[in-house]
Amino acid sequence: MKRSLWPLGAFALVVVVLAFGIFNAPRNGSKIIVSPLLGKSAPAFTLPKLIDVGQQYEGRSLRGGWHLVNVWGTWCVECRAEHETLLQIKQQGRVPIVGIDWKDEDTAAVSWLAQLGNPYETVVADRDGRVAIDWGVYGAPESFLVSPQGIVVEKQTGPMTMDDWRSRFLPHLGALAPLAGKGGA
Amino acid sequence: MKLRLLLIIAALLCTTQAMAIDNTPPLSDPVMQQRYLGLINEFRCMQCQNETLADSNVGLAADLRLEIHELILAGKSDEQIRDYLVARYGEFILFKPLLNARTLWLWAAPGVLLILGLGVAVRILRQRARLPITDDDPPGASPQA
Repeated sequence: MKRSLWPLGAFALVVVVLAFGIFNAPRNGSKIIVSPLLGKSAPAFTLPKLIDVGQQYEGRSLRGGWHLVNVWGTWCVECRAEHETLLQIKQQGRVPIVGIDWKDEDTAAVSWLAQLGNPYETVVADRDGRVAIDWGVYGAPESFLVSPQGIVVEKQTGPMTMDDWRSRFLPHLGALAPLAGKGGA
Repeated sequence: MKLRLLLIIAALLCTTQAMAIDNTPPLSDPVMQQRYLGLINEFRCMQCQNETLADSNVGLAADLRLEIHELILAGKSDEQIRDYLVARYGEFILFKPLLNARTLWLWAAPGVLLILGLGVAVRILRQRARLPITDDDPPGASPQA
């Protein structure tokens, strides 16, 4: 009796292990990678502005208010899909978006913004991708919510949807600044 | 002589393949270059996830190879370079996982499974050893239970 249960027990163990693996496997591989930046200070950087040519932008400027930092590029197909969401976030007026144009042609980026609309308060050009490495960026688009203290509190890898924005980002901004026209909600 | 020539050709073929992907200029110090080659094989290309930085031809892998190249030139140790990349991309960038409380099961599992397997094998062999050595079935009979 005891002997006959041995293989069954081993089989059950294998089933449990495999089931655990299957049900815990992330549907989207990129989502499992938790950014080590969360809860830490946003990396310092100085980059040239894309549109105000000749001006520099300091990463320090992110402090003092909430900012959404969005890494994008005109070569990035999913950034195009995300662009509409960014425009809506700009429309909401809750948080300024700072764009990091990652390894891109300046002229292509400028005409992209002219064509599709510009959701950014500022766009900086990270032409050689050095700053993106400090932010741990590995696939555009990526978005980081930076607190007034300069801490990265939320990150989106891949295109942001309004659902992502509402469920994971907006709550951080809290009730501090209720949306205009939505008083009492 | 012929063998040596063959080895040289084989070695040259290997280098050609690597150069096709890695455009980072080689470090002039051979020790540093050796460290560089070791390091780029230790890290994952985050974009293509199952390739190392050395194997991958995507832009980010090239950027990170250049970054490692410059960190070596700046006098950073291998350990500092690992920490630098882990601080940015997380432990996932390491192909060889760190040994800590969270990854202990990963490191221990092969040993545990090996011991379990040996246990099962010994058990089965002992049981077999106890079986009578004679066979009652006539030769050629089908081995039905």
